[in-house]
Amino acid sequence: MTFKHYKQEVLALTMRWVRRLSREKFSMLFTLVQPMLFWLIFFGSLFQHAANIQILQAPNYMSFLAGGVVVMTVLNNGLAGGVDLLFDKENGFLERMMSTPIHRSSVILSRYLFVMAITGMQILVILSIAFVFGVRLETGLPGIAVILAIGMLFGVGLTAISMALAFSVKSHGDFFSMLGFLSLPMIFLSSALVPLSAMPGWMQVVAMVNPMTWVIDAVRPLIITGWNAAIPQVAMAFVILAVFDAVCLYGGAKAFRRAIG
Amino acid sequence: MDPAVVIDVARLGKTFGPVTAVEDLSFTIHAGEIFGLLGPNGAGKSTTLRMLITVLPPSTGTATVLGHDIVTEADAVRSLIGYVPQERAVDRFLTGREHLELLAGLYHLSRVETNERIDELLKLVNLEEHADRVAKTYSGGMKRKLDIACGLLPNPKIVFLDEPTLGLDVQSRLKIWDYIRQLRENGITIVLTTNYLEEADQLCDRLAIIDGGTIRVIGSPLELKTGLGGDSLSVAIKPHEADKLPRLREGVMGLPLVRDVRLKPTGLDILVESPEKCLPAVIEVAQRLDCSLDGIEYHRPRLDDVFVAHTGHGLRGGTPEMVEEE
Ligand SMILES: Nc1ncnc2c1ncn2[C@@H]1O[C@H](COP(=O)(O)OP(=O)(O)OP(=O)(O)O)[C@@H](O)[C@H]1O
Ligand SMILES: [Mg+2]
Repeated sequence: MTFKHYKQEVLALTMRWVRRLSREKFSMLFTLVQPMLFWLIFFGSLFQHAANIQILQAPNYMSFLAGGVVVMTVLNNGLAGGVDLLFDKENGFLERMMSTPIHRSSVILSRYLFVMAITGMQILVILSIAFVFGVRLETGLPGIAVILAIGMLFGVGLTAISMALAFSVKSHGDFFSMLGFLSLPMIFLSSALVPLSAMPGWMQVVAMVNPMTWVIDAVRPLIITGWNAAIPQVAMAFVILAVFDAVCLYGGAKAFRRAIG
Repeated sequence: MDPAVVIDVARLGKTFGPVTAVEDLSFTIHAGEIFGLLGPNGAGKSTTLRMLITVLPPSTGTATVLGHDIVTEADAVRSLIGYVPQERAVDRFLTGREHLELLAGLYHLSRVETNERIDELLKLVNLEEHADRVAKTYSGGMKRKLDIACGLLPNPKIVFLDEPTLGLDVQSRLKIWDYIRQLRENGITIVLTTNYLEEADQLCDRLAIIDGGTIRVIGSPLELKTGLGGDSLSVAIKPHEADKLPRLREGVMGLPLVRDVRLKPTGLDILVESPEKCLPAVIEVAQRLDCSLDGIEYHRPRLDDVFVAHTGHGLRGGTPEMVEEE
């Protein structure tokens, strides 16, 4: 196994995901981008008046929500990252790939490259749309780079969870119900839609152990407050994500090894 | 070791939790032959194949493919074999050509090799015209052809095919048999599984009958059939002359080319070397002893009989005449 071979495999596998996506343009638009924009625009305008600017500590609800929408996109893409491998496992395509002399990890790596690239592009789309609606990033372009880095780091762990599930579940019904079970509380029991201070006590406690909250609380000041407020939050998010990723990758590797041998 | 042995399986077994899928398999496969694993659903055919192609680690025993251990030298094995899975393992959103390009990357073929191989294979399986359509528009038979092309892409020494003609119509089945024979002409060893008796009989040079996770018997179709005692003649005489049967039996026993004679209430089962030569002699003996024959039937054992004799049950109701496109 040489590096040249490894590169060739990963490239071929990544090309497959790209080709698939290019064949499913409509479904991509519909399932990934559109709901997020919907959230942003719909809730942004709807709650503009209902939301108390004082509690949000943001110029408007739209700019408050932008950070949450970015992180929800990361969450959705990450948790859906294993779906294609699940189908590959079920229809025998994975077995076909595993019967070739590839390094076992190249399938996983190709998936990561693809999911990360898509997520990155979507974050940029969301921030551009927010810009059109008047949301100005306090930290400017460097802030965008930091947001992308945080998003990627969070995505690594989430995709690992999704792949681990894909390799472990017995049926894809199980997979999707587990995803639903995971993603809704992760969104609602976090600071994505309302700030922690506006939550009842028990909810605050739950939201505090949700990595989603820490990620949002790092992204949000990058958008609405500026570097001074953001830096400690960003540092905290990096630490928490390092732990989160380590745990998820460990679990994912175990599930993968059990399934592939 | 016989230099012609390309696959050597020794006491291979696989359990899934409490389920024993296969147990204590031992057999060898020779260079250049078409070797078949024949068995009913759930017999353990796919499990056996999956272990040999290194995607499933065995629970017990060992096997080597072209001298490489399937567990410790899995990568060497993988680069020498091709695999055609039982399921139509195609990606609906990729075209036929893209499938082959993907696999070329996974087998580390160079760009030039890739293009040459792909053109060659598309021609072989007659998919040239459809190569640039996405696979979801393919018929079941076309998907199967693409599967086969994928299995042949690495130019393997050994190709493993899991139920290559499952669910295909008669014409496509014959065509695929032709490809497989063509591969053998080119010196490739073929290992296939099937639950069609006809396929085992007509296509395979040697086969192993597998049932309930164990191998019941191994041999060429002809060996297996002659192993049952070869051809037989069933003679029936008029019921009221049944008392003449023992004398008739003695008479027939004395004939050349007769191997054994079994007594039945109103007739005899005669195992013979050559029915054509024995038939007139048997009739002559009957006339000499003044027995009135009620009928005489000639049986050549079929693979069905072999299967029943070694497993105690039939493989399935009918022959694979049904057409089942997905
Ligand atoms: N991953 C698995 N987990 C649990 N049991 C399994 C698994 N794979 C196979 N088995 C069991 O092992 C036995 C043999 O299965 P296998 O797929 O090898 O049969 P087969 O001969 O290929 O059958 P078919 O003709 O239906 O393809 C069956 O009882 C099956 O239920
Ligand atoms: Mg099978």
